[in-house]
Amino acid sequence: METVTLTMKNQPDLYLEADNITPDAFAGKKVEEIADLHVYVGREQHRLGEFFEVSGRAGATPETTKIVINGDLSRVKYIGMKMTGGEIVVNSDLDMYVGAWMQGGRITVNGNVDSFAGTGMKGGELIINGNAGNYLGAAYRGDWRGMSGGKIIVSGNAGSDIGTFMTGGEIIIGGDVDVHVATHAEGGRIVIKGNAKSRLGGQMVEGEIYVFGTIDLMMPGFAYRQDVDIDMDGIKGRFALYEGDLGERHRKRKGQTIYGKIYQLIEA
Amino acid sequence: MSRTVTDVICPFCGTLCDDIEVVVSDDGRKLHEVYNACAIGAEKFLHSQAKDRITRPRMRQDDGSWKEITYDEAIDYTARILVNAKKPLMYGWSSTNCEAQAIGSEIGEVVGAVVDNTATVCHGTSLIAVQDIGIPSCTLGEVKNRADRILFWGCNPAHAHPRHMSRYSIFPRGFFTGKGHTARKVIVVDPRPTDTANVADIHLQVEQGRDYELFDAFRVAFKGEQLPDFVAGIPKEKIYEAAEMLKSGRFVIIFFGMGVTQSLGKNHNIDAAIAVTRDLNEYTKAAIMPMRGHYNVTGSGQVWGWLFGFPYAVDLSRGFARYNPGETTANDLLRRDEVDAVLVIASDPGAHFPFSSVRKIYELPSVAIDPHETPTTEVCKVHVPVAFVGVEVGGCAYRMDNVPIETRKVVEPPDGMMTDEEFLRRVLERIKELQGV
Amino acid sequence: MAEYLIKNGFVFDPVIGIRGDIADIAIKDCKFVETSEVKDPKVIDAAGKTVMAGGVDVHAHVAGPKVNVGRNFRPEDKLFTYKPRSGVERMQGGFSVPTTIRTGYNYARMGYTTVMEAAMPPLYARHTHEEIRDTPILDQGAYPVFGNNWFVLEYLRNDEIENTAAYVAWLLRATKGYAVKVVNPGGTEAWGWGLNCENIHDPVPYFNITPAQIVKGLIEANEYLGLPHSMHIHANNLGNPGNYTTTLDTFRLSEGIRPRSKFGRDQVMHHTHVQFHSYGGDSWANFESKAPEIIDYVNSHDNITIDLGAVTLDETTTMTADGPFEHHLTELNHLKWANTDVELETGSGVVPYIYSPSIKVCAIQWCIGLELALLAKDPMRVFLSTDHPNAGPFTRYPRIMKWLMSEEARNQQIDSFKYRDKVIDATNLAGIDRELDLYEIAQMTRAGPAKALGLSQIYGGLAPGLDADVAVYDFNPNEPYAPDDIETAFSSAEHLFKTGVQVIRDHEIVSNGNKRTLWVNAKVNENPQVMRDVREKFLRYYTVTLNNYEVSGHYLPNPYVIEVDATQ
Repeated sequence: METVTLTMKNQPDLYLEADNITPDAFAGKKVEEIADLHVYVGREQHRLGEFFEVSGRAGATPETTKIVINGDLSRVKYIGMKMTGGEIVVNSDLDMYVGAWMQGGRITVNGNVDSFAGTGMKGGELIINGNAGNYLGAAYRGDWRGMSGGKIIVSGNAGSDIGTFMTGGEIIIGGDVDVHVATHAEGGRIVIKGNAKSRLGGQMVEGEIYVFGTIDLMMPGFAYRQDVDIDMDGIKGRFALYEGDLGERHRKRKGQTIYGKIYQLIEA
Repeated sequence: MSRTVTDVICPFCGTLCDDIEVVVSDDGRKLHEVYNACAIGAEKFLHSQAKDRITRPRMRQDDGSWKEITYDEAIDYTARILVNAKKPLMYGWSSTNCEAQAIGSEIGEVVGAVVDNTATVCHGTSLIAVQDIGIPSCTLGEVKNRADRILFWGCNPAHAHPRHMSRYSIFPRGFFTGKGHTARKVIVVDPRPTDTANVADIHLQVEQGRDYELFDAFRVAFKGEQLPDFVAGIPKEKIYEAAEMLKSGRFVIIFFGMGVTQSLGKNHNIDAAIAVTRDLNEYTKAAIMPMRGHYNVTGSGQVWGWLFGFPYAVDLSRGFARYNPGETTANDLLRRDEVDAVLVIASDPGAHFPFSSVRKIYELPSVAIDPHETPTTEVCKVHVPVAFVGVEVGGCAYRMDNVPIETRKVVEPPDGMMTDEEFLRRVLERIKELQGV
Repeated sequence: MAEYLIKNGFVFDPVIGIRGDIADIAIKDCKFVETSEVKDPKVIDAAGKTVMAGGVDVHAHVAGPKVNVGRNFRPEDKLFTYKPRSGVERMQGGFSVPTTIRTGYNYARMGYTTVMEAAMPPLYARHTHEEIRDTPILDQGAYPVFGNNWFVLEYLRNDEIENTAAYVAWLLRATKGYAVKVVNPGGTEAWGWGLNCENIHDPVPYFNITPAQIVKGLIEANEYLGLPHSMHIHANNLGNPGNYTTTLDTFRLSEGIRPRSKFGRDQVMHHTHVQFHSYGGDSWANFESKAPEIIDYVNSHDNITIDLGAVTLDETTTMTADGPFEHHLTELNHLKWANTDVELETGSGVVPYIYSPSIKVCAIQWCIGLELALLAKDPMRVFLSTDHPNAGPFTRYPRIMKWLMSEEARNQQIDSFKYRDKVIDATNLAGIDRELDLYEIAQMTRAGPAKALGLSQIYGGLAPGLDADVAVYDFNPNEPYAPDDIETAFSSAEHLFKTGVQVIRDHEIVSNGNKRTLWVNAKVNENPQVMRDVREKFLRYYTVTLNNYEVSGHYLPNPYVIEVDATQ
């Protein structure tokens, strides 16, 4: 694995759109070529090198390329968008769309991220050592194919609209979440280690939500079924199982209706 | 002497009544009287006759006072702030005609602006919901001719769309609805006891901010599944009763307004309401319709739809169109310092945006194009007064059910006043000069 | 206006009757002329290339309210496919439902110059015309829908052909419409109550009339007026297994009726997107092709034309005035569903759909569309279409040409199907070795549709006197080529002239052209009863006033009016 280090040296007047900061765009390029990649401020096109010091070297392929980014990136969007492999480590807060439509590789953010992180994610790992904004791992507007694979781990809290239209993959939140979790989901798993507010699993077709803390208000479309003991990676204890959304359509498998499931921890 | 102009379209709300009669002077310079319109609509027409009307562009001076400038100067100022900005915001568009909206769209394209309309603080959330789940709907005439179950959710047409109930929904007698209101059942869902709720057969006084739960409960009830004893403060028996009333209708229509589009959950409330409508189509016929506010906010969404593919919050800055409410919406852009110039047209964010956003407009190069003096014109650097669309100039507008109607000119604007369309056309020409293309 | 001479191309033109011979084509003052008439032309060297008239599409959903619903409710259809503005081109977005700007440019890129909007709800005619106005380059017209219109239902219930004709003439004028379109006759009105008409004898609720009466009556009214185009129908029972019998029943309603039109067409019924209407079996399990039965009927009845509605195996957006069908579809695929019922007139629905090669039914549908074209005996009566965007986006026409012109390309596709053997069993395509030539393609995409529209006096060929719409493709039919070369060449015309204006030069769009909107102004004798009925319906049942209904002239900045005199 070869490493390219970017250090932010100039702040944009508005926001910087840096969808070219991916192992895919960097792979096989020399430092000068990386500095020549395009970034955008509003309608203006700039060189990446105008905003970042670029050093180190890229690997021949995305898989063998690691990007480490330092400085204040709180006004930078689209880091790691669509990346297919390799690694990005950001030692800063980030703005929107980190890891959006990501397909593989790993992104680690040592800071907070704004909304739309992991939008439409298909694979790979997105690790946020901080808080996440709204629409974490959600679908892009109008798309019924939301997050379909990969893993998102947030150490802190997350905002509203997590995992909308999720069909696969896993989202783990270390802290609390805001309203609307796994709306319209048809698969996947969301684990909330802190507390949840309301509207978990609204219009949910299939999939799983685990809540270790409190739930302010359960949807009327979720019915308590039974207590279950669970012991699997990181999820262990006795949980109350709710199934729903009873108002929504559901598939049948071997004559059995498949519901969305909410598990709430009773005792560890 | 005077004459009467008939079949005039009211440029107030999304109901877009087209049966207004206006009495004007023989020379078409004075508007005397307005018939058939509601009080708000009539006022809109009569307002054009105000004696103290601003008729020339003005620029704010350093001492805060206004200085009259020429239209040419206003055109130049507007073109320059748009050309010099990296990402200007062009906001409003809901009280002007589609012709002006189309030219504005081209300006947005040429300068790389974000264009957004008043849906952003109104029914934009409904548009998001439609993108997620669709919308079974109909024209207002279908309601008049067929509907026997009317549900008003989070809206109060008695005040906001005053002629809606008589022209389209509760009272009219149509082809299959010859008995008018006596053959219709009306349900109102609203936390408050409104005037609309007063005429309802059932009023569900939902707990504030629990609409999503109540919509979900309706869906559970349709399927005959068990509900908790209370949902959103309403006993389950009452929910089952209302659900049954809807299912037993021949044609159900749900109208919804800002009570649900801007309360907790926003687009999700509408998403669930549309899901309720979808469900009802398994038992009977059902449709749902947003009670759009400004008379041509719908048209703005249509124009951008065919030109860009998105109904609001369209970011054109990179030479192609992007859309994502939460990022490309006017308030988010202002709040986050994402834009560096502001053009406001045919709307009043000064009155309807949060103070923090209004303050951002005040701090940026800005122009307001509006026939009226408004809170917005008070915070902008330049105010360009224009002719009233639908009164002093015609043009296309789209009703809340997306039906396009051509508004009429009934009187002359004050001498020398420009229309939105003329002003924007000149701005576009000037921009192209400045860009050297 | 400039003169042009397109020299030494391989010319394919059914109007002149030239089949790939080398010839020169001259343009002067917007029209084709004899080569001797141009004095100092700009010369386009077309040596080694293919020259054809501008393409004509009889049926596509490209402008109007339901198209815009498709755009606005599918942001994901525009994700990552947007084309930035550049040169004379404005920005362009959308794959299955492109923006108006992209629609105009992408048709032009394929060498098409005329495109008809297939379904205009009359109450939304203004909207349709606003979109047409903002679609560059193309000449366009729009077909108002009549098959569920209350006036029509009430007149035809009593066999009142003359009144129906007078109303049709009035509505064409009010909406600036081009032809009489019928969609799921009676079924969409029934959908006003959540019902449908599933065959041609299934009565329309309340109105006491059958689809058969509506169709036959509208054919007769159309011929009473002598309109340029025939009645244009999307029959009942679209998309269902076993529906081919309904299609044949619908065809038979035209039996014995001859055209009464001075516009040169031979048909009295155009049946659209027939692929969707050629299904056997009685469930999705035994779903099969009945294309042979359908095309046999068409082959032996010269008063019918059809277009294919060929499936392209893409993710797309279905949209139709067949409201009950779209509801049926959303129940099948659970994707978002938009519906708009239009007072007194029609309805519509929109649902995204994915034609997956891994789904047996989709693969069978793909075969059926191609079978219809390959089994057709008269390519002048069978037109290429995808019912854009229903069976796929129009931008796939060059791919369909590839499939029609190359057995190898078809076999490649068949072999890649997940359920290859089951698909072969349920269809006939694998046994068909016919490969269409470019002359037949020109019949299906130029001369044929122009004639069926009653527009062969201006479109569809390269003969002197016709409008100078002509495309030059970088394709040499006399040298060996791979199937994909066909698709590549016909996706990007090297040159395109539209009414004598060069809009594409060296594959680049260089002009937004001189687009026109076609509509038909049919004059009929005064009919006080119909005018009284119109006034009454507006007073009592419409929610706009009569005086606010007619589309005024300024919505059509460059109209092309076709006058029809039916007063005799």
